Amino acid sequence: MSQDHDDHHHHDHDHSELSETELRVRALETILTEKGYVEPAALDAIIQAYETKIGPHNGARVVAKAWSDPAFKTALLEDGSKAIGSLGHVSRVGDHLVVVENTPERHNMVVCTLCSCYPWEMLGLPPVWYKAAPYRSRAVKDPRGVLADFGVALPKDIEIRVWDSTAETRFLVLPMRPAGTEGWSEEQLAELVTRDSMIGTGFPKTPGAPS
Amino acid sequence: MSSALAAAATAAIPSIPRDDDGPVFRAPWEAHAFAMALSLHERGVFTWPEWAAALADEIKRAQAAGDPDTGETYYLHWLATLEGLVARKGVASMETLHRYRDAWDHAADRTPHGKPIELRDEDFKA
Repeated sequence: MSQDHDDHHHHDHDHSELSETELRVRALETILTEKGYVEPAALDAIIQAYETKIGPHNGARVVAKAWSDPAFKTALLEDGSKAIGSLGHVSRVGDHLVVVENTPERHNMVVCTLCSCYPWEMLGLPPVWYKAAPYRSRAVKDPRGVLADFGVALPKDIEIRVWDSTAETRFLVLPMRPAGTEGWSEEQLAELVTRDSMIGTGFPKTPGAPS
Repeated sequence: MSSALAAAATAAIPSIPRDDDGPVFRAPWEAHAFAMALSLHERGVFTWPEWAAALADEIKRAQAAGDPDTGETYYLHWLATLEGLVARKGVASMETLHRYRDAWDHAADRTPHGKPIELRDEDFKA
């Protein structure tokens, strides 16, 4: 990966970028922390409490639509950013959001081994474990073991593919539609789609199961 | 404990976007801005009525300047209120805020993608 970075040294995306607003937020946070007005741990605790609340659950709606509308699903798998942009209700997704489909033969799982790139516009705030070094490093070497830790047991004959996010490309897993949901509306289906199922570390809820 | 703090804030500031469970955010930075206001209030830097008045002023100012007030910009007003109160209460001047903002910009520029962005002394000298 470092080789890769050298090769693209002058590429626009090679360095980190923060929006004007993010710069102001970081400036304020640094000053308040230095002056002792804010404890980073206390701030994290407040933010953690809302990690699943950020973002209007765009990802779940996109997945539910793909389950219900074959034409949309085809478009989504061809060009994720374009298909999601066409829905109009997502204010911004990355330029290169790639949607990978789970099938009876293949399970997908997303990781960023470099940092913690994460399509938060689709999924909300990243969970703490996603950013943790053990998840990032183990996911590539031992995906089956990591999935087992999440309580996801996959039969041996199912291939597991791990997608490593990069500066330009982020991934969203399209989980398989649960059985027993024939005739369900998109709104009902969206209720079944969990964040973890779109990272590939879980499955959608099953109909009738307590949530 | 943090949820009790948040509940006090949402009770005091009725305009905070929320659902049945509490505040909702559109982006991670919004949660940071929200959490900073909670912490400053907790430290006694301002009261909620004081905050509400300052936020209302900020929103009025933005609307006069053509803000569409669709709710999408709510936390931008929140952030501007934070900066204004922090300056007015003598916690940090606007000059200091700008200096740190520029330093973070410099830090982001020199940090390759994939590495955590960290502020260093050199970022203030650039």
